[in-house]
Amino acid sequence: MQRFSLISLIGNALSGHRRWGRFWRDATPKRRYDVIIVGGGGHGLATAYYLAKNHGITNVAVLEKGWIGGGNTGRNTSIVRSNYLWNESGALYEHALKLWENLAQELNINLMFSQRGVLNLAHNLADVRDAIRRVEANKLNGIDAEWLTPGEVHEFCPIVDISPHARYPVMGATLQRRGGVARHDSVAWGYARAADSLGVDIVQNCEVTGIMRENGHVTGVRTSRGTILADKIGLAAAGHTSVLASMAEVRLPLQSHTLQALVSEPLKPIVPCVIMSNAVHVYLSQSDKGELVSGAGIDAYNSYSQRGSFHIIEHQMASLLELFPIFSRVRVMRTWGGIVDVCPDASPIISLTPLNGLYINGGWGTGGFKSTPGSGWVYAHTIANDAPHRLNAAFSLNRFTSGALIDEHGAAAVAH
Amino acid sequence: MLRICCPWCGERDELEFSYGGQAHIAYPRNPHALSDESWAQYLFIRDNPKDVMHERWMHAQGCRRWFNVTRNTATHAIAAAYAPGERPPAPPVAQD
Repeated sequence: MQRFSLISLIGNALSGHRRWGRFWRDATPKRRYDVIIVGGGGHGLATAYYLAKNHGITNVAVLEKGWIGGGNTGRNTSIVRSNYLWNESGALYEHALKLWENLAQELNINLMFSQRGVLNLAHNLADVRDAIRRVEANKLNGIDAEWLTPGEVHEFCPIVDISPHARYPVMGATLQRRGGVARHDSVAWGYARAADSLGVDIVQNCEVTGIMRENGHVTGVRTSRGTILADKIGLAAAGHTSVLASMAEVRLPLQSHTLQALVSEPLKPIVPCVIMSNAVHVYLSQSDKGELVSGAGIDAYNSYSQRGSFHIIEHQMASLLELFPIFSRVRVMRTWGGIVDVCPDASPIISLTPLNGLYINGGWGTGGFKSTPGSGWVYAHTIANDAPHRLNAAFSLNRFTSGALIDEHGAAAVAH
Repeated sequence: MLRICCPWCGERDELEFSYGGQAHIAYPRNPHALSDESWAQYLFIRDNPKDVMHERWMHAQGCRRWFNVTRNTATHAIAAAYAPGERPPAPPVAQD
């Protein structure tokens, strides 16, 4: 792997930046692999990387039906945080956040990871009580969390309207200072590049069309680029997890929906942190290019179309302007949608399945990006050992039978 | 924005409706006899096709009645809307 450094930058500048190497090989699929990961987004690539790095399994292919980073990895609002209410979620997301804090160094790539702080606004007494409860729960789990009064909110983020006559008065906010944003494409590219250097094959334009089985065990996949054999198959396909699982006749408690997001025209720096509001239902940050990045909730109906209804955007903008009247003249530049797979309890499934050798990592719903490193870490462990890591044992499929759901609806600092 | 045809009120914007997920899920006939696995199936497991789906909608800002819609989840094309108790029209929808 070509190391990025000041010296390599100067050297390549002198040669007109024409000699930078490819990030990863354009692999042609082999006949057989130990592990196939279906889905070349952040989660799938991270899984392949940790399979190679932590478990020494390098005969791995990542099959991507489109191009790397073209799915939800490149469509999210790039927020990273770990302020989840329940112990199981807190442990999982905090593990991910700790990996984030050293990830750019480890992958030797600029992830533009910026711990600029995540504010979650409270607008009514119920919000305040829930928020303070979550702050205390986070602290007990060793996750940094603070409660800010309206004055402190104003000090931290001056553009929030804290006047008592606002339509949605700000009665305080929780703050996770270690939360922030990262450049999502870089995360996919960084993991792809690092996994490739450890021997993982990254195969793009390769759509899985069937999962082959024999005696209750997977034997390989049929793809648009031919049949590929494997002992273990890990699904990491976000919104299309159900479609893939159905090829192996595995039914999952997932529903796919469109989640939309948008950016404004670029502005000078004005939003210094990530701001989320559960009650008003919008979240906002500003990219380093200057665009305001904003998202809200899912479109209500099941969809695989990657486009949603415009009234969701209108509602989201109305919410945004209630909180930040200052943006009333800002123009929307671009909107888009991605397909998210939502679980009944708004928590992910990282699990073995009833079919031997088939693993699933899905159900992240609207919150998958922040957990990319941690998700890959525990999923690689699950696949390598054929048993869950202690951090994802509670996120197994059998929780829907046992009833031990991890209900993060609303509890997780943002409505899903 | 979907345009949905309420069987009683006619075609309206999606804004007037709320979504109820997969249609034709019957309450278990003998709930006391159900195993945990069967409860999980009934409560949590739903079809999630990238294809034609029969689903429930409610005309929340109109007659407030529930009904069923046959819709393609990949194209959003609506093939039919029909009252509860009725069977989905067959063939459900032409594939494109």
